[in-house]
Amino acid sequence: MTRDEARRLVEQALAQVAPEIDPATIDPHEPLQADLDIDSIDFLNLVEGVAGAIGRDIPESDYARLATLEGFVDYVAASS
Amino acid sequence: MATTDFCMPVLGADMERGIVAQWRVGPGDEVHRGDVIAVIETEKSDLDVEVFQDGWIDRLLVPEGEEVAVGAPLARIRVLDAGADPSSTPPLDQHPEPGAVPTPPGAAAATPAVHSPLLRRLAERSGVDLAHVTGTGPAGSITRADVERAASRPGTGTAARTLASPYARRLAADRSLALAGITGTGANGAIVAADVLRAIEEAGPSSGRDAGPSRPQPRRDAADRARSLRRALGDLMSRSKREIPHYYASTVVDLAAATAWLQDVNAARTVQNRMVPAALLLHAAVAGAMEQATMNGHWMDGSFRPAEGVQLGVAVSLREGGLVAPVIRDAHLLDRDQLMLALRDLVTRARRGSIRASEMVDPTITVTNLGDLGVDAIFGVIYPPQVAIVGFGSITEQPRAVEGMLAVHPTVTVTVSADHRVSDGRDAARFLSVVARTLQNPEQP
Repeated sequence: MTRDEARRLVEQALAQVAPEIDPATIDPHEPLQADLDIDSIDFLNLVEGVAGAIGRDIPESDYARLATLEGFVDYVAASS
Repeated sequence: MATTDFCMPVLGADMERGIVAQWRVGPGDEVHRGDVIAVIETEKSDLDVEVFQDGWIDRLLVPEGEEVAVGAPLARIRVLDAGADPSSTPPLDQHPEPGAVPTPPGAAAATPAVHSPLLRRLAERSGVDLAHVTGTGPAGSITRADVERAASRPGTGTAARTLASPYARRLAADRSLALAGITGTGANGAIVAADVLRAIEEAGPSSGRDAGPSRPQPRRDAADRARSLRRALGDLMSRSKREIPHYYASTVVDLAAATAWLQDVNAARTVQNRMVPAALLLHAAVAGAMEQATMNGHWMDGSFRPAEGVQLGVAVSLREGGLVAPVIRDAHLLDRDQLMLALRDLVTRARRGSIRASEMVDPTITVTNLGDLGVDAIFGVIYPPQVAIVGFGSITEQPRAVEGMLAVHPTVTVTVSADHRVSDGRDAARFLSVVARTLQNPEQP
């Protein structure tokens, strides 16, 4: 998957979890949790959405790579 | 056949008035106990309100957008008399007698005929207001074809219930924009804030006030709403601090065992079944509340009434500002997995603005968890008439003395603010020790 495709996929998953957040306003390198008020439940919902979209599970041990939007995009681009 | 009034419910200890943000039913609709029939806007949040009888909506007494006092009749419902023969079901096309009750100006009671739930759903999905559809069926009744025709006419439908985020809804209402005229780009075509902003921009600076249909809408703008929320919360918290002699206690709990247990459990699970640490924290708070009865119940009429089980209030902060504290029912009967499911469901729906009124009622103790926001410890203010609030801070790695050696372990600071009329420091200490013990022994279910 290209990075652009990966970014769209992640942004769509984020829109499901937090429709009020405009992806254009997100700093891709800032931690999602602090920057967007994403709490552990939102994060779980986001990971579930992304895992569903890429068609494979994301183990908890990979969470450290998913701290930022950029991290998510890298992860998705590399894994499918 | 008797009638009963559906009244503005009390949706919080401090609620005095509410706005009928939206009707989900119209005259003639059949309703069943538990059906959501209206969305009520309070100073704190929008809540889906359920009906508690089986029957038929006779008429709506308050139009959308109107603010009324708690207890004011909102709708008249026809119910079967107790002991009446259930087979004597009135025909579905039963109309309210004309003029039986004066219709308030602008009331949504103008919907002339009875529509099947199927038809209403179709209309809702297509953003068609049945009140504006001309029926071509028998006796002028509206048919499926009528709705489809109305839906295909651009600009004529006004959404009965368009999918939209709460923020988008508010933005649109502030500018009197009809949601039905806006194309949604969110999930399932839901309208998100960006869509509303784009619509405002496209319509140009002179747009706004005259853009939408003249359906009454709550006219409070976002700043107004934020102010009223602040005031409502401020009033309640002032009352709490004025009336409740708070005292506070805290303890630091080592979470090494809990964290290891959680990792172990989660490693074997796919993401949708994983637990977050908050579920363990809630579980421990429930255990504490069950063992220390003076933390769990209500102060009413000058005395403490302990509760049998735990109705666990969970403070959920909303990204757009504000706080709701919906309740996990009978939390003492739930294991950690069930608590996790309940927490996830409540938080997700609270953020979506679809908490039911019945989910806000009568918590016996509340938990506030600011861990995700990075604070070390939070000492909450008790929500009257409750007598305690439990606070969890962030889970952070801290140096700990373990068996004479220095080790770095994940820890959390647990606090309790309690009512001194009901309990003393000893009770708080016992409560905290049960919470700590529960967290330190994750193997015990």
